[in-house]
Amino acid sequence: MTEHFKMDAPATDRRLDDMAQGLVGAPLDRPEGPLKVSGTATYANEWQVDGMVHGVMVRAPTNSGRIVLSNRDEVANLPGVLSVIQDERLLRNPAQGTANQAPVQGAQHAAYVGQLIAVVVAESFEQARHAAQSLQVVLENGELMPVDPVTAAVEAQEDQALDQGDLEGAITGAAHSVDVTYTTPSHSSSPMEPHASIASWDGDDLTLRGSYQMLKYNRNELADALGVHPDRVRIISPYVGGGFGSKLGLAPEAVAAAIAAKELGRPVSVALQRQQVYEATMRRSETSQRVRLAADAEGRLNGLGHDARVSNLPGETFAEPVLQASHFLYAGENRQMSMELARLHRLCAGSVRAPGEAVGVTVLENAMDELAHEAGIDPVELRLRNIPEKDPESGKEFSSRRFRDALESGARAFGWSKRPGVMERREGEWLIGYGMASAARINVLMDSQARVALQPDGRARVETDMTDIGTGTYAILGQIAGEMLGLPRDRIDVVLGDTDLPPAAGSGGSWGATSSGTSVYVACQAIRRQLAERLEVEEQDLLLKDGRVTYANQTKALGDVLQGDEIVKLGYVQPGDTSEAVRQATFGAYFAEVAVHAASGETRVRRMHGSFAAGRILNAKTARSQCIGGMTFGIGMALTEELAFDPRDGHVANHNLAEYHIPVNADVPQLTVELLEERDDWASPLQAKGIGELGICGAAAAITNGIFNATGVRVRDYPATLDKVITGM
Amino acid sequence: MRPFEYIRAQNPNDATQSAADGAIIIAGGTNLLDLMKLEVMAPDALIDINHLELNQIEETENGGLRIGALVTNSELANDIRVRRNWPVLSRALLAGASGQLRNKATTGGNLLQRTRCLYFYDRAMACNKREPGSGCAAREGFNRILAVLGTSEHCIATHPSDMAVAMRALGAEVETLKEGGTTRRLDLDELYLLPGDRPDRETVLEPGELITAVVLPAPVEGRQTYRKVRDRASYAFALVSVAGILKIEDGRITRADLAFGGLAPKPWRDTQVEAILVGNRPTEELFEQAADQLLAEAQGLGDNDFKLPLARRTLVSVLTELTQEARI
Ligand SMILES: Cc1cc2nc3c(=O)[nH]c(=O)nc-3n(C[C@H](O)[C@H](O)[C@H](O)COP(=O)(O)OP(=O)(O)OC[C@H]3O[C@@H](n4cnc5c(N)ncnc54)[C@H](O)[C@@H]3O)c2cc1C
Repeated sequence: MTEHFKMDAPATDRRLDDMAQGLVGAPLDRPEGPLKVSGTATYANEWQVDGMVHGVMVRAPTNSGRIVLSNRDEVANLPGVLSVIQDERLLRNPAQGTANQAPVQGAQHAAYVGQLIAVVVAESFEQARHAAQSLQVVLENGELMPVDPVTAAVEAQEDQALDQGDLEGAITGAAHSVDVTYTTPSHSSSPMEPHASIASWDGDDLTLRGSYQMLKYNRNELADALGVHPDRVRIISPYVGGGFGSKLGLAPEAVAAAIAAKELGRPVSVALQRQQVYEATMRRSETSQRVRLAADAEGRLNGLGHDARVSNLPGETFAEPVLQASHFLYAGENRQMSMELARLHRLCAGSVRAPGEAVGVTVLENAMDELAHEAGIDPVELRLRNIPEKDPESGKEFSSRRFRDALESGARAFGWSKRPGVMERREGEWLIGYGMASAARINVLMDSQARVALQPDGRARVETDMTDIGTGTYAILGQIAGEMLGLPRDRIDVVLGDTDLPPAAGSGGSWGATSSGTSVYVACQAIRRQLAERLEVEEQDLLLKDGRVTYANQTKALGDVLQGDEIVKLGYVQPGDTSEAVRQATFGAYFAEVAVHAASGETRVRRMHGSFAAGRILNAKTARSQCIGGMTFGIGMALTEELAFDPRDGHVANHNLAEYHIPVNADVPQLTVELLEERDDWASPLQAKGIGELGICGAAAAITNGIFNATGVRVRDYPATLDKVITGM
Repeated sequence: MRPFEYIRAQNPNDATQSAADGAIIIAGGTNLLDLMKLEVMAPDALIDINHLELNQIEETENGGLRIGALVTNSELANDIRVRRNWPVLSRALLAGASGQLRNKATTGGNLLQRTRCLYFYDRAMACNKREPGSGCAAREGFNRILAVLGTSEHCIATHPSDMAVAMRALGAEVETLKEGGTTRRLDLDELYLLPGDRPDRETVLEPGELITAVVLPAPVEGRQTYRKVRDRASYAFALVSVAGILKIEDGRITRADLAFGGLAPKPWRDTQVEAILVGNRPTEELFEQAADQLLAEAQGLGDNDFKLPLARRTLVSVLTELTQEARI
């Protein structure tokens, strides 16, 4: 009953276009929305498990040395305290996304300030918190380790180096060139829901109610960390209050809860404190990026260089992949790229909101703006002139790519032709500018499984361990199943977020919707074939709509065809040759109007538009919401967001939502989004590509380019806070 | 948070008595509870004053306003008399925190809210305000939001309130009740202390002393504004703020009441800045001179160096706005 599908050839049949239910693409509401706004969707930390007690984790106050809990006995005797646990299996930092095994473990030595080195468990949360705060953590033989990415030792990432043609020569001979270095700071995912887990053991079987994005990996990571077989571990995570990368890999609280629950023989709940979310989950690495561009008199690129430095803790291999889209976005035969990884003792760097492109495309798009200005060419026109025919490095064809359309249509929708000259427009004390940037993000398909059951009563049930982190998975999986099986949306039940269900790709890297959506599609195709067999017709000749089957000039209710039987199929999709045969990516363009205060240098985004192409749009509302969210984070990246580190010990100084400045409503103007219709046969049989992260990949550059247009100031050190703007004015 | 005793005050003397015995006064709790959760403040007892009748706004005999200590920031900002006659105060209140916080925050609590210095909030860091004599980790740390005026080698914290800056410009006074029933009035300059070598002492209030009201003097003629410069459009503390009341007669400035936030350990007012302006015609040059005076002793420590040019630009911009009509 397993239906395998490997993406080895383009899916030119476009079966979804033949279907009649009219669900796919429709701007349907998220079915779980009412539960969330009424407080009845149960999040990880909200479960009330019988006999549950509470754990609070303890942080390392410095970044090296052997950890000693000097008043441990005293704390263990505080009211309500059940145990003070410092276990070798505690995680040094969270697992990277898709790691599938435990990260570095150990609670004996500190590697960064804020590392979670113990857990204190008590009858009540308040008792546990007080006890955790009372614990004196002393570090022996600790001297402060390096925390500054500029001076830290670096390792060249040879596998990411590229040397094609002669970039130096191209620059020397260029009519126009730029050579600029930009820096971007560390970012925090800052999900509203903190990382939280409740662990309960039944003998040797562990159930963890957690807040995670990729359950099949998380289960293996947790089992590995504890030293138990994965079959013994079940993770339940039906609702996730935002992840943005920080819940891709198993985080320290899950292991702490599991260890404590085992030791005490009672369920244990551990939620990270807000400060701990900032200090001990994942940061996006700060980056230093040098971009070199060489162009002829018409602005046609013949050289492109991108050299980056990022950082991470010793032992971590993740290096923020900032070069990812620089490989294919623009033409230019002479190309040079390199990547350095600095080793330092700030919290672990990992995936945060579109790792790579979020900051990489942004800086490339700033450099393109500098080139446009230098060459006196309109920034949109400069980009149009540099859309490569084929992948400029591999020579491969692109799959679908409405990049040109996004630039042109976006410019029209925004009114780009009214762009003022640099420092030309002023309204009272406000300087007004327009800026634009391109958007690009790689597209990926991943292994994913889902079970679909068509029930005798004409309802269907979709089951997979896929997660919905607020993005719309419940909505779109139901839409795909309903479309394929000819059922209204309210006759589909979607069950997610439980490792007892078939393993899915998980939410991350923008691949969740297409990968798990394809597994549902594959299962539904198999169900359709079985229905066709029963009726002795070809599958293509079935028309399913509103619970009725039409074939060979007759119509029957589904129930009559099923006659009391249930048809259950497991859809299993795997990536195949199409991921290598062509270059797959999503594209778009952003346009922003900004106002900069002439005296204070404060920047306000007045309006912003994005045009995006990401294959078939599965739900126009949730897709738009993703793009709006991405652009909002773009505003944050451009203007406000920065993890501030103490220069001496590298601790996160601004570790709460009041001081780590995510944009608030007043920072976000009307955002408009245009989704360009597209079918990408190479990407998936849904002809859809990932859209989750596209909206942030370059967004910040539209705003900072607008600041230049308004003020003549280039802020090359993100975020463009007012102090940096006034320095240039 | 440590376990604590909770006492509800039945009358003001009750409150001062408990407070004199060591209980900490709780009003809206929007600042105190955060600090207790972090154990930056760890009182053995709380005395809750929310049931006292201190939530009236009444007119005084001389045309001013007496604002009860429990009047919320939202109520005060929306009071029609405040909006009409003391608009700088209304604007300052609305520039602070968020709607939810303003609904809960009280007038007394706002005045006595503690600094937002990140090192004060972090118990792993040395802080002379939190633990006298332990040192100041902020000086050489991330000090972007911290003070450039009125600091000492022991402390560079700012006072975070917007409301208090407007009140300082308006010449408001607080009324207090001490243990035993005596009352006194203090203007805001008297109320707040500079850190010196005792940054843990922030006001002259004695143990047990309760703020019962804030009194605004009668409205004055002139234009008023509150300008807050911050890192995001809302829900961020002031990097620099200016409360200004300015009057012009016959082309000359006859009144210039100015107070500043974000720069100092207390809402800052410098009468010499005002003296430079009063009696003169409003010109950009004059405004620059006023800024020179304001910043004569100002000192940045690295990350917060920008506050000097920012304060200058903001002051000049505010003065320009307030004198616009006279200059046309
Ligand atoms: C995220 C966040 C953002 C904020 N942003 C801003 C901002 O932008 N601008 C701004 O100005 N403020 C801001 N605030 C601070 C807010 O204004 C204060 O927290 C609030 O005004 C405190 O009032 P309260 O009644 O809640 O005080 P409480 O927390 O109850 O008390 C504060 C202190 O005052 C003492 N106290 C209270 N009432 C009296 C009294 N009558 N007599 C003697 N002592 C008393 C208490 O003992 C305590 O020490 C923000 C707060 C938060 C949490």
